Amino acid sequence: MGSRTREVSLIAAMLAIALVLVAVAPGFFTFGNQRDLVLANMPVLIVSLGMVLVILTGQIDISVGSQFAICSVAAGVFAHMGLPTPLAGAAACAVGALMGAINGALVSWAGIPSIVVTLATMVALRDGLRWATQGAWVQNLPPGFQWFGQSQTASELITIACALALAAGMSWGLRNLAAGRMVYATGSDAHAARLAGINPARVVFAVFVITGALTGFAAVFNAVRFLQIPSNAGLGLELKVIAAAVVGGVSITGGRGTVAGALLGVLLLAVIGPALTFLGLSAYWERAIEGAIILAAVSMDAVRLRSGYHAQAAAHRA
Amino acid sequence: MALLEVNAVSKHFEGVQALKSVSLELRSREVHALVGENGAGKSTLIKVITGAEKADSGTLTVAHNSPAIAHSLGIAAVYQQPALFPDLTVAENIAFALESAGVWRRIDWGARDQLARELLDRAGADLSPRRLVHTLSMPEQQIVEIAKAIGARAKILILDEPTASLTEREVERLFRVIRALRESGAGIIYISHRLEEIAAIADRVTVLRDGQTVATRDLGGIEPAELIRLMVGRDVHAIFPKRDVPIADILLEARALSCRAAGIRDINISVRAGEILGLAGLVGAGRTQLAETLVGLTPSDGGEILLRGRGVRISSPADAIDLKIGYLPEDRLRHGVVLEMPVAANTTLASLDAVSRRGLIDAGKERRVARGYVDRLRIKTHSIYADAGSLSGGNQQKVALARWLAIQPEVLILDEPTQGVDVGSKSEIHQMMVDLAARGLAIVMISSELPEILGMSDRMAVMRNGTIAGILPRAEATQERILALALGHE
Repeated sequence: MGSRTREVSLIAAMLAIALVLVAVAPGFFTFGNQRDLVLANMPVLIVSLGMVLVILTGQIDISVGSQFAICSVAAGVFAHMGLPTPLAGAAACAVGALMGAINGALVSWAGIPSIVVTLATMVALRDGLRWATQGAWVQNLPPGFQWFGQSQTASELITIACALALAAGMSWGLRNLAAGRMVYATGSDAHAARLAGINPARVVFAVFVITGALTGFAAVFNAVRFLQIPSNAGLGLELKVIAAAVVGGVSITGGRGTVAGALLGVLLLAVIGPALTFLGLSAYWERAIEGAIILAAVSMDAVRLRSGYHAQAAAHRA
Repeated sequence: MALLEVNAVSKHFEGVQALKSVSLELRSREVHALVGENGAGKSTLIKVITGAEKADSGTLTVAHNSPAIAHSLGIAAVYQQPALFPDLTVAENIAFALESAGVWRRIDWGARDQLARELLDRAGADLSPRRLVHTLSMPEQQIVEIAKAIGARAKILILDEPTASLTEREVERLFRVIRALRESGAGIIYISHRLEEIAAIADRVTVLRDGQTVATRDLGGIEPAELIRLMVGRDVHAIFPKRDVPIADILLEARALSCRAAGIRDINISVRAGEILGLAGLVGAGRTQLAETLVGLTPSDGGEILLRGRGVRISSPADAIDLKIGYLPEDRLRHGVVLEMPVAANTTLASLDAVSRRGLIDAGKERRVARGYVDRLRIKTHSIYADAGSLSGGNQQKVALARWLAIQPEVLILDEPTQGVDVGSKSEIHQMMVDLAARGLAIVMISSELPEILGMSDRMAVMRNGTIAGILPRAEATQERILALALGHE
């Protein structure tokens, strides 16, 4: 919905980076490097699909990092219990959905602001996990767990295919399903949505549940890449995901944004760090440049808000 | 001697002339009532006097003979909704208005409490200065506002409907305070819809109508009926396209309907197929609240709603939509249309089920529906995929109307359907209402514009204080009778 200026400017920015890299550091484009880059950012991409929904409804979920850690460990524990890998993965997704349901219920029906609810669950889930595992990693995973029991290449292809399918499905659904309409309407103006017969509380609950399930999904795909599962996985994931959505033009006040934009946001933030390394710049600059990009994106939104009909609406309200 | 002279003040907002050469003179030791219908310009005039709005032309003259006034202009206003800091104490709120604004000054808490206690005492209230404002009732908060005004040594005090939320005893106490202020030489501008109160407290009254001063009279020689005549006394210039269509069975009926949360009680109304029922009343009489109860936004807690004679339970707007009851809300920019959404999506938002199958929106069907309404309502937009926010106000309202027509309603509740809409769109909306009635819809129209109510309705229900004050058939309705019911003078 809305114009495509954000997507266009993100693509332009990435082309510019790519051109510089081609000229200065063609090594960036080797197959191995690209593959590592894509796989490392798969969790961010999958979780950002849920975060787009949450932010579109005008909410925020900063507990996804902690949810990611719990789902990772849960997948390992279920595998240890002897569940076949796909089933263990599904169970981990269910755990994620359950955590999302807790967030969603507290936001929708207890009426607590989502930033507070998810701040609380972020801390509680992370420290609860630390207490339960005593900081120990999940090790000695059954042989069928790593790479889903497939070859590494096949597993990686499955991961990428699933992620892209999810992204395409989400993008299509937001545009073509009645449920997608409800998400946009709820985020634009919950009261207006209610008047139109939509139940905003149910919509908000649903997007938190979906985000939890997607976080579980991302955790499983990430866990199978390694021999052991750390109990502190997903630290700082929430910030990466929210930053990607915002950079991708998803309005932090809700109601405006696309999956395509968020994907481009993930991509841009993913290449910045490695690109700097290849260009020989200190990695310390990475975070500063990321911050600058986020600031630029938010400023663009602010300018648009001030010049557009929102300003008229605001003036009318005052 | 005049404390304040308002001289030929004019003010316009975006093409609307809110004040046209308004004059008013406030004398010392006088309570000056200001009356007029909704939208007559009372609030704008107050804003100009307090400096919240700048007049386009005209002058304000404030008497300059006392040091207190020379110090500041000495104008204080107390609004219906007190403007206090809820999480600070009474004393802090008063001090905030009165103490000097130096950032580094040291606060003398004892003196602060002492001052607050004195001022509250003069305002006739027995309140602890240490109480937090949010623990006070609305009348108590108003007293704090008045204490602030006394503390500021205001020579000119403006009270905007101060008694709206007060009980009789509290009104009496407020009047004592007002009289004491008057004796001390202040001039008071008193805005109220309650004519009996005006008779009790005011010395003179100025009537505003359509942004103009109609008359200033001594209260001694004026009857309430005369006052009402002065308030409406205008001809109905506008031509309304209303025509008589066959009126059939009762579609929607409310019996002893109440909702404590919305502040409405014991509502008995009905509307028939083909009929337009006008819902009149002053702002705050409960018209929008009644509409919101009928559509389940604030579900009723007493009485019943009948649709075609059968009792129905409406506990959310979704229920109302299922029952084919549409509600066009009052605040179009906020709730009528979703500004960030395209015209097409706005049109089908309340009827997603009708344009989708198993949750999947049929884009072709949506396009046909949206195109159909864009043509039928002559909505001016370059594309049905343009954001609703890019349309003009009148066209946005038509999109909002299209959304409700798309649910194929049997009952349509329109809340101020032509407020803030240009003249052309307004008459198109009126025409549409008549056509819909002719097709057998039952329409409830809330309007603050008396000519619109009189010109468009078959019957008129007048609300006052959260209930129906009276119902007038078209043949018997006049502006005077409606206003008399709305004011409680019949």
